[in-house]
Amino acid sequence: MPQNEYIKESIKRFGRRFDHEERMRKKKAREPKKIAKTARKLRGIKAKLFTKKRYSEKATMKKTIKAHQEKDAKAKDAEEVKPGAVPAYLLDREQVRRTKVLSNMIKQKRKEKAGKWQVPIPKVKAMTEDEMFKILRSGKRKKKAWKRIVNKVSFVGDNFTRKPPKFERYIRPSALRFKKAHVTHPELKMTFNLEIVSVKKNPQSALYTNLGVITKGTIIEVNVSELGLVTQTGKVIFAKYAQVTNNPDIDGCINSLLLV
Amino acid sequence: MPPRPNKKRRVADKKAAEEVVSKKLKAAAADALAIDGQALVQFVDPEGKIAGPQLDVPLGTSKDQLGTLLNQLLENSEEMPYSFHLEDTEITSNLAASFGKLSKGQQSTERVLNITYYPLAVFRVRPVTRCTSSLSGHIEAVLCVAFSPDSRQLATGSGDSTVRLWDLNTELPKHTCKGHLNWVLAVAWSPDGSRLTSAGMDKIVLVWCAQSGKNLGALRGHTQPVTCLCWQPLHVTEGDSFPFLATSSKDAAVRIWDTTAGTCVRSLTSHSQPVMQVRWSGERPDIGGVIYSAGRDCVVKVWNPKDGSMLSELKGHGHWVNTLALNTDYVLRSGPFTHEPQKFKDLAEKKEAAKKRYDEAIQLCGGERLLSGSDDFTLFLWRPVVSKTAVCRMTGHQKIVNQVAFSPDGRWFASASFDKSVRLWDGRTGKYVHAFRGHVGDVYQLAWSADSRLLVSVSKDSTAKCWDIGQRKLLEDLPGHADEVYAVDWSLDGSRVATGSKDRLLKIWRH
Repeated sequence: MPQNEYIKESIKRFGRRFDHEERMRKKKAREPKKIAKTARKLRGIKAKLFTKKRYSEKATMKKTIKAHQEKDAKAKDAEEVKPGAVPAYLLDREQVRRTKVLSNMIKQKRKEKAGKWQVPIPKVKAMTEDEMFKILRSGKRKKKAWKRIVNKVSFVGDNFTRKPPKFERYIRPSALRFKKAHVTHPELKMTFNLEIVSVKKNPQSALYTNLGVITKGTIIEVNVSELGLVTQTGKVIFAKYAQVTNNPDIDGCINSLLLV
Repeated sequence: MPPRPNKKRRVADKKAAEEVVSKKLKAAAADALAIDGQALVQFVDPEGKIAGPQLDVPLGTSKDQLGTLLNQLLENSEEMPYSFHLEDTEITSNLAASFGKLSKGQQSTERVLNITYYPLAVFRVRPVTRCTSSLSGHIEAVLCVAFSPDSRQLATGSGDSTVRLWDLNTELPKHTCKGHLNWVLAVAWSPDGSRLTSAGMDKIVLVWCAQSGKNLGALRGHTQPVTCLCWQPLHVTEGDSFPFLATSSKDAAVRIWDTTAGTCVRSLTSHSQPVMQVRWSGERPDIGGVIYSAGRDCVVKVWNPKDGSMLSELKGHGHWVNTLALNTDYVLRSGPFTHEPQKFKDLAEKKEAAKKRYDEAIQLCGGERLLSGSDDFTLFLWRPVVSKTAVCRMTGHQKIVNQVAFSPDGRWFASASFDKSVRLWDGRTGKYVHAFRGHVGDVYQLAWSADSRLLVSVSKDSTAKCWDIGQRKLLEDLPGHADEVYAVDWSLDGSRVATGSKDRLLKIWRH
């Protein structure tokens, strides 16, 4: 036994005081008052450190209390009828959450023809030419000004090859090119990171659509084959449309809502 | 979808098709006559018994001609349909074509060729082609569907904790049976068709009157959700008592119930994990049949229902056993009823008829076989009464096998798997025959037609598909459900198919 553990040794030999339990209880009960007193007294860096420690302690305590409450609540819920019934053979199997099969392809095609869409963002703010493009001066003396740099995020397909500089009117900077978009399924309330297939329509102008520029309100086509969606006739849906809901050039990512 | 052509056009199309077929037949007959050569053949039944003497026939003999020959040899008073196999290959057109498919060493006209014949059903079930009604009523997903043995009624269980009975003549709802407190996972008709039982997540088994839809009693005892129900076959019951019911549960027990008295007769406990499937076989009538059960602990157990002892354990699977099937499932389920409408006086008469049907069926399929499908992507074929070791282990599926089903005559069995395929295997040997591909989602369930010529499968991709076994191809695609299809059943008289789906609809399909 090490020399410094003389207290333990003593307790082992002679036991504790008879009122030890009582004293400990009282001490514990008085603890908050003591803490409060220190909290009032402390100033400066010491106070900062103290409050920080106190804050984290309280947070963990709250978390544990909540966890316990949830545990109790769960035991009660077990008897209730849960939605989303599955047959016996699918019990305990991990299932990807999936809602109803999406509206069929015919409807989608009809809408496409009419060019009308029930979209989450029906109107967008018009953009000026200055906001959209930056003039790139060219020529030896930099006096020609027919080149434009696209200032916005764009989608460039895999099979795109640059034209010779003489014919390259619009430059889409590679730093602003995107291949993937975050797509939220409105019924599932889940978000997936899906590949962009094409830009279907940019409400600003036809030119932007052709250039593949993605701004707020643009309709993009995304690859949904991973989601395992099927049509009513039992065919796999490969691509669906989504509308961009944020300003990708400002946020640095594309967020969009699947059109169902 | 193109519009449905009007009736006149359809008739005209049919005529044209028939003409083409008859022309083809004539051409085939001409070809057959052109083939010269003779062969010594010997007709053999699936069990290896010899029928008639060795015959010297021309190689150009067609399948129909073989049929006529065999019918005369067997002295059948009526012409019976048969299918013929030369060694391993099926004879589809004539003898010469199958002869050509034999391996080089076997291709000798000096040798006696064994032609195995398999009897086919004398009636034909027409494939289902259209949806005659979409029945709404359930307010949650339809989880299980079962036709009554006499094919007059249909029962469905749903996630809205009700059981519904449907009238098949009018295809309208008949009774709503309320009583369960949670999802209904299984429904089962008693083999005489007078009672219906249902069970589910609420651990209670309820017994219903098939005619009035009234609750006859509740069987309480399980401590976990009940997963499967199975009635005792009618012909192995003791004296004139009503068949017992076996239930499997997630509490790792199998219980046997007397539904008339509402008591638990026996509890069979030695599984260590949830039991997912239970089957009551018609073998060993001296002990009241044999019970097979399997579940998450990877073994199939064989039980004696009379004293509750375990007879044997069938080991082989490496993961959860999902499904069990007997080659006599169909005849046990249908009890005394055949594909024709019949009437019986009392239970004793039904028992007698059931016994007769069972004996015929077991003769036809050559002994009882048990099939199990598992999460380890394999199937095992057992003969539990004969031996503890498996007859055959079948591999080929790339994902879990969810359901297996024997054809009513025991000739084939099919397996549905989450790898999107349905595979067909030989019912006696377990040899791989064909993979039906076409579904784009997990295949959930299967159902055979009463004549064993058609198969219907349902899938996660919201469709049902009807497959032709003879031609090994897709016959009908049945779209219509808006979501995953969970349950399917083919009525025993072959007229209707019912599918239940997550979109809360029950659809009835007919020819």
